[in-house]
Amino acid sequence: MAEGLKLAAASLTTFVALILAWEGAILLFDLPAYVLPRPGAIAEALSRGWIGGFLWPHAWFTLQGAMIGFAFGAVAGIIAGMIVAEIRVASLAIYPIVIAIQSMPTVAVAPLIIVYFGVGLPSKIVTVALLCFFPVFVNTVAGLRAADPRLIDLYRAASASRLRMFLDVKFPGAIDHIMSSLQIALVLAFVGCVVSEFIASTAGLGHIIKSFANDLNVSVMFAAILSLAAMGAITGFAVTLAHRRIVFWRAR
Amino acid sequence: MQAVPDATTPASAGGGDAASHLAIEGVRLVYDTSRGPLVALDGLDLQVGRREFVSVLGPSGCGKSTLLKLVTGLLPPSAGRITLAGAAVRGPRPDVGIVFQQPTLLPWRNVLNNVLVPIRARGASVRAHRDKALELLKLVKLDAFARHYPHELSGGMQQRVGIARGLVHDPALLLMDEPFAALDAMTRETMMDELQQIWMSTPTSILFITHSIPEAVYLSDRVAVMGPRPGRIVETVAVDLPRPRGLETMADPRFIELTTHLRSLFREMPEAEA
Ligand SMILES: Nc1ncnc2c1ncn2[C@@H]1O[C@H](COP(=O)(O)OP(=O)(O)O)[C@@H](O)[C@H]1O
Ligand SMILES: [Mg+2]
Repeated sequence: MAEGLKLAAASLTTFVALILAWEGAILLFDLPAYVLPRPGAIAEALSRGWIGGFLWPHAWFTLQGAMIGFAFGAVAGIIAGMIVAEIRVASLAIYPIVIAIQSMPTVAVAPLIIVYFGVGLPSKIVTVALLCFFPVFVNTVAGLRAADPRLIDLYRAASASRLRMFLDVKFPGAIDHIMSSLQIALVLAFVGCVVSEFIASTAGLGHIIKSFANDLNVSVMFAAILSLAAMGAITGFAVTLAHRRIVFWRAR
Repeated sequence: MQAVPDATTPASAGGGDAASHLAIEGVRLVYDTSRGPLVALDGLDLQVGRREFVSVLGPSGCGKSTLLKLVTGLLPPSAGRITLAGAAVRGPRPDVGIVFQQPTLLPWRNVLNNVLVPIRARGASVRAHRDKALELLKLVKLDAFARHYPHELSGGMQQRVGIARGLVHDPALLLMDEPFAALDAMTRETMMDELQQIWMSTPTSILFITHSIPEAVYLSDRVAVMGPRPGRIVETVAVDLPRPRGLETMADPRFIELTTHLRSLFREMPEAEA
C-alpha cells in the first residue's frame, strides 16, 4: 500500500514537472501553437472533444475496429495454434501459409484490404485481425508444446485419450502463454486500426489525427492521441487483470 | 509391531523365481540418436517380489529412468522380456503408479484433484475414488490441505501429493524415480520415514530409483546396483535390517557395513558420479 502511494506520488510529480517544462519551453523558445500547443490548449481540445462529444463517435469507431479485429485475430490464432500443435499433417499444411502471410508486412497490405473491404469498419477489422493473429498463433503453439512430458507420460500410461490429455494438461498449461500474447496483440490492434484509418476512413481517431494534421490543428491531434493512449491503457489493464485472475497459480 | 510381518521379509535375493511380481529378463534398450545408436541398457535382469521394496542404485546417466519407462510400457525394450503380475508388459500399463523427481502436479488443480489425476486420466469415476484419495491424503498427512493449490505448499508437501497420486489407483507396482533428490536434507529424512510407513500400510511393491546409498539401504529389502552405461545390474544386496527402521538404524553396525560395501562398489566403477 505504502509502495503504491509512493509510486503514485512519484508519477504525479513527474507529470506535473513535465507539464511545467512544456509550458516553460513554449515561453522560452516562443514556439508557435501549430508546432507545440500549450497544455491548456490540449486540455481545452480534450474537453471539447469528450464533453462536447465530437470525439465520441470516432473513439467508438476505433474501439470497435480494434476490439472486434482483436477478437477475430485472437480466436483464429488460438484455433490455428491448436491445430498446428496437435495435428502433424495439418501443421505441415498450415505452417507455410502462415509464414507466407506473415512475411508480407501487414501495413503494406492495408491499402489492398481497403480496396477489397471499403473505407468503413470492415477493412479496419480485417487489418487488425491479420496483425493480431500471428503472436497469438505462435504463442499458442509454443504453450501447447511446452507441456511437461512427464505429465503426458502419466496420461499415456493410463491410456488416456488425446482429447482428455489436451483438456487436462496441454490447454490449461498453454493459457499463460496465450494470455501474454493477448497483451502483445492488443497493442497491435490499436496500431492496426489507426494505420488503416490513416490510409482511408470515414471515422476514427486515426482519421481525426490525419484530417486535423492537414489544417495544422495540433491541439486536436494531441487530444486524439491522448484518447488513444487512454483506450490502450484501460484495455491493457483489463487484459492484465484477466491474466492474473485466470493464471492464479503463477506467483507475480 | 506391524500387522503384516511377512511384507518385511525380503524374498530370497535375486533368483528369478516364478513368483516374482515384476520380472525383467535380459532387457536391452537402444536409443536412436543423431550420433547413431546409443545402448542405454543391455542384459538387464531384475526381479521384484510382491510387496517387496527394491532400490536401484546407480550413477547418473546409467539408464535408471529408462528402466522405469520400460516398466510402464511407454517404451518397448529392444530385446528381453518384462512381466508384471503375471502378464507381459506390452504397451501402457495402467496398474503402475509413477512418482517423479519433481512433484509435477497440475498447478491449476487443487491437491485433492491432483491426487485424482490417474483416475481422471483413466476416464474412471472421480467421485467413486474421492474417499480413497482423501484416505491417501491422510496417509501422507495432507488431509487438511485437500482444497489447497500446489503453489501454496512446500516442496516436501508437493512431493507427498505426488506419492498419494501414485497410489490412488491401487497400482500393483509403484515406480519412484529419485523422488527425494530435489528436497533439502531435513525434509528428505522425514520423507524416508513417511515412505516406509506408507509402504508398510499399502499392499504395493515399490521399485525405487536413487543415487543416495543411505537412502537405498534405509528403505529397501534389496538394493540392486547398476553399472555405468550400458546399464545392467552388477550386484544385488539384501538388506537384512529389522523393520520398522528408524533413527537408530543408521547407527546400526550392519547399516554401516552395507553402506560401506555399496560405496566400495561405486569406487571401483569407471566414470561413476554417484
Ligand atoms: N529419449 C532419449 N533419446 C536418446 N538418448 C536418451 C534418451 N533418454 C535417455 N537417453 C540417454 O540414455 C542414457 C540413460 O539415461 P537415463 O535413463 O535418463 O539415465 P539416469 O536416469 O540413470 O540418469 C543417457 O546417456 C541418456 O543421455
Ligand atoms: Mg534419471
